[in-house]
Amino acid sequence: MTVPIFEVRDVTYRYHEVTALDGLNLTIMRGERVALLGANGSGKSTLLRVLDGLCFPEKGNVAFQGEPLTQNRLGGEVEFDFRRRVALVFQNPDVQLFNPTVFDEVAFGPLQLQWPKEQIRDRVNEILQQMEIAHLKERSPHHLSMGEKKRVALASVLILDPEVLLLDEPTAALDPKSESQMIDFLVGCSGGQKTVVTATHDLDLVEDIADTCHVFQRGRIVAAGAPSEILNDQALLLGTNLIHAHRHSHADGEFHSHPHRHDRGH
Amino acid sequence: MTRARKNSQGVVERSLASFVSALEHTFYAEELAKKNGVLQKLDPRVKIAAILPLIVIAALARRLWVIAVLFAIAVGVAMLSNVPLGTMAKRVWLGVFTFTGLISLPALFLTPGQAIYTLPLLGWIVTAQGLRAATYLIMRAETAATFSVLLVLCSPWSNLLKAFRVLRLPIVLVVMLGMTYRYIFLLLRNAHDMFTSRKSRMVGRLDGREQRRAATASAGVLISKTLQLSGDVYSAMRSRGFQGEVYVLDEFRTGWFDWVMLAACVTLATLAFWFGR
Repeated sequence: MTVPIFEVRDVTYRYHEVTALDGLNLTIMRGERVALLGANGSGKSTLLRVLDGLCFPEKGNVAFQGEPLTQNRLGGEVEFDFRRRVALVFQNPDVQLFNPTVFDEVAFGPLQLQWPKEQIRDRVNEILQQMEIAHLKERSPHHLSMGEKKRVALASVLILDPEVLLLDEPTAALDPKSESQMIDFLVGCSGGQKTVVTATHDLDLVEDIADTCHVFQRGRIVAAGAPSEILNDQALLLGTNLIHAHRHSHADGEFHSHPHRHDRGH
Repeated sequence: MTRARKNSQGVVERSLASFVSALEHTFYAEELAKKNGVLQKLDPRVKIAAILPLIVIAALARRLWVIAVLFAIAVGVAMLSNVPLGTMAKRVWLGVFTFTGLISLPALFLTPGQAIYTLPLLGWIVTAQGLRAATYLIMRAETAATFSVLLVLCSPWSNLLKAFRVLRLPIVLVVMLGMTYRYIFLLLRNAHDMFTSRKSRMVGRLDGREQRRAATASAGVLISKTLQLSGDVYSAMRSRGFQGEVYVLDEFRTGWFDWVMLAACVTLATLAFWFGR
């Protein structure tokens, strides 16, 4: 029987008095592309941090490939192995780009994992070429556009060739061109051995980047299924603040209000 | 802008101006470091090994002409490195002259020796020995400062930090200073945005007490944001394997030009030391 890559059982996590995750249950299989959908504050980012071993639940269990993911277990060689295999791309790239130059940023992960220096130099140059950001090598992060920052953030984790990619709102604040490049990359991850978990409230991406969706509301999963199933359930999307119902007009000039998305020939 | 209007928004206007000025200074320095000049071409380790001895010798030399020659060489190197002399004058020479001039002013009158001039009205006597002492101090400061500023202006800050490892600067200090440099800009921008937002909602004058309250509140908000940011950055570092040890990697490569320049500077330093002792 195949062991799931992540297994989350009855997980609860609180930030002081705010419950971010409330008895959550979730299973992610190897190679699966999962979208975590939900409005702001629904618990998606917190779950990604829990899956990345950055915070640990006060109740419940998390397992990575059948092994418990706990603070005690993550240390020394076990942590090195985990960090190489699981990578998180943060929503705010300024948090993730903490080195003075792009080169230093991309080299950070391999340096921490104590790869040989020549190998790191070669691999950094290679990944910069692949991501089409070689011209940014000596630039400081404060000289980069948002799209460039996101690509550098992605390069800084892809250099380790992780098995699992956790992406927190990867297309947030991107212009249309940068967004389409990001989507192309996420689509390119399909069919491979990489497990990709994307937290987003952008419904336009979901059908392209995910095989399974989990809809979050107040720290719980309220629905799960294939993208087509979830995206056609208007009552669910409206109830979880994933779509809206503001006043607008169609070609006839009449103003009215009903649930809708802006992408669907409306 | 009239003086009244300048005073009316005091801390907000002045803060915005200083944030913009700080950013402009830094971007200008980064542009200089990318130019195609003599110093910019050198390996940063060679730059440090070549320039630091010259700074020390300029500070210790006992012959004025030796210091003057070193200063002239520094000016020549600045020109060959495409550093405008106006920039050097504004950033280095004027400030150093004023500061060291003020410090050495008493020496003109208090150093015993041959009188060469008497100040009218006050009757204070300027001695030749006093003038000589003041000139030495100013020349040493100007020359050392010129070399130091050239070293900083003609090298990307991150490369300079890594290159200081040749002097056994601890890695943790290199990494900390690098991250400080990185996040200063983010915090400057945050502060700029905060003050711009405040300015866009202000009508009329802020009195002194309100200005102080505005400044204090802004400092508090920035500290709070900084603490939040530092926690998130630490998480991001842990996420990529950070366990307390830091490492740096450079791509420095020395070539024939570096060795030639290093040999030239070592020769110059040796001659300056010999003739300046």
